[in-house]
Amino acid sequence: MLRFILTRVSLVIPTFLGITFLTFILIRLVPGDPIEVRTGERGIAPERLAELRHEMGLDRPLWHQFLDYVGNVLHGDFGLSLITHNSVLSEFLTLFPATLELALCAMLFATLVGLPAGILAAVKRGSLFDHGVMGASLTGYSMPIFWWGLLLILFFSVGLGWTPVSGRLDLVYYVEPDTGFMLIDTLKAGDYEAFRSALGHLVLPTIVLGTVPLAVVARMTRSAMLEVLGEDYIRTARAKGLASGRVIGMHALRNALIPVVTVIGLQVGTLLGGAILTETIFSWPGVGKWLIESINRRDYPALQGGVLLIATSVILVNLLVDVLYGVLNPRIRHAR
Amino acid sequence: MSAELSTNTETAVTVSRPPHPLTEFWYHFKQNKGALGGLVVIALIALIAIFAGVVAPHDPDIQYRDAILTPPVWQEGGSWSYILGTDDIGRDMLSRLMYGARLSMMIGLIVVTLSLAVGLGLGLVAGFFGGMADVLIMRAMDILLALPSLLLAVVVAAILGPGLVNAMLAVSVVVIPHYARLTRAAVLAEVNKDYVVASRVAGAGPLRLMLIVVLPNCVAPLIVQATLGFSTAILDAAALGFLGLGAQPPTPEWGTMLASSLQFLQRAPWVVTWPGIAILVTVLAFNLLGDGLRDALDPKLKR
Repeated sequence: MLRFILTRVSLVIPTFLGITFLTFILIRLVPGDPIEVRTGERGIAPERLAELRHEMGLDRPLWHQFLDYVGNVLHGDFGLSLITHNSVLSEFLTLFPATLELALCAMLFATLVGLPAGILAAVKRGSLFDHGVMGASLTGYSMPIFWWGLLLILFFSVGLGWTPVSGRLDLVYYVEPDTGFMLIDTLKAGDYEAFRSALGHLVLPTIVLGTVPLAVVARMTRSAMLEVLGEDYIRTARAKGLASGRVIGMHALRNALIPVVTVIGLQVGTLLGGAILTETIFSWPGVGKWLIESINRRDYPALQGGVLLIATSVILVNLLVDVLYGVLNPRIRHAR
Repeated sequence: MSAELSTNTETAVTVSRPPHPLTEFWYHFKQNKGALGGLVVIALIALIAIFAGVVAPHDPDIQYRDAILTPPVWQEGGSWSYILGTDDIGRDMLSRLMYGARLSMMIGLIVVTLSLAVGLGLGLVAGFFGGMADVLIMRAMDILLALPSLLLAVVVAAILGPGLVNAMLAVSVVVIPHYARLTRAAVLAEVNKDYVVASRVAGAGPLRLMLIVVLPNCVAPLIVQATLGFSTAILDAAALGFLGLGAQPPTPEWGTMLASSLQFLQRAPWVVTWPGIAILVTVLAFNLLGDGLRDALDPKLKR
């Protein structure tokens, strides 16, 4: 068991180093110099330029810069933002809970809707409901979510006035950030009005970000259920007279869940990528919007650090899913 | 029963030859109404894209200053000369969408060709030679896969600078690992089969083994992936356009069109609605086609 976990963890290290190298090298490919960006059009004295370059380590050979970078990263130093001069890591960590809250809600939404829809579609195979679920999930999978978000805003926020257009909380409320999760912070503060406001702000972004995972979960659940429902032990269970609900819930679903759980784990990347679009549309103050702003402001240390941190979280979640999967399923643990 | 069956098949064999693989494929494919629908829609969009210059009622870049934000024809104030309305500087929406179809199809074609070529090459080398080459290539692919695809595309586009060509490059890079992994898996499944060993014994060189012996038997999953790759490419390129990192205005790329008319969302919803519908319909059609191809090409599902 420990051996299995250690193997998995050790496999992650080269990937992590590779990502670090990739982000490092990508940023060097940017035309223009970070100092030029900083000084703008006015120009800078050559001596001062050399001084600054030396200060930032830009005059050292590339491989040296990379080693410096890896060393800094391992010490939690992701550099300073060129614009705000704050540490990239601290900026990321203040914004990350907002993204995480949104992503978790989206995943919850996708699972809570997608799982039952997939199960029902499989049980009622070939019915109108089945066709409806399959059609809807294929549409959801094909959806340009930035457009989908705009449509929802147009309909629910502008047209019906049910939900706010952007942000995480109405300006009239202020809640001391504690966990960074607005829903939890407002409840902790005992401010139920603010909680409702936070919930209202979450609804549309959750739907938008959850649409693609929802489609994937529904489709995967349906096909996994169909496969399991054709197995002999299901026929046995039915033949010995078990109620249909019990056969589906106890015997079929448990075995169908394995691929579904994997797929849910794999959606983390989709969620964090989709967060870039969702947060931009809804002005959600998370890391996705921050990354796009960093790009527009040519704040390369922020971009570099942000990408590395997001990639690291994706790797860690995938590792976690991998290990959990091995813990739950001995066949995988002993496969290699 | 069994004797009867065997005589039956014997007579059948003498009477008719087995169907051509393509005939068989078409037989299975046309059972899937969704895939057929997808194919028809794609054909239509492709025709529109090719003949955009002929079928478009207006030049996509001409600004009709007296017809700014004209609604579609069925709404009050609409006019038949601008069937789907005009945008904020008076350009005809329908014509822009038609020229946009040209861009989207081109994006799909170029991205799929590029990424397929590179991914196929990497996958073949990895699967065929194994060892160090395999480890290096697949590790590199894992690294690319560890990044969320849109994030990677955004970063590459940000670094190369915004623009249609760079956006296509960015999206291509992102999808290469899928082709590489598929090819490698297919090659590994084939490479130890008797026919490959026979060719090797007969003296076929590695290039011949790779490209002429093994590759044709690995094509099915790649065709499916390439079809689905069109939809990913169109979707991601549109997303980049929307974020301002893809095609730049006034290029009538669908995502860019959406982004540049955002502030008219309330006053003139159609400027935002149409490009989105165009993206959705095109992507949906490719996904339907891809699903249908998978069902028709996958022997496990044929029964």
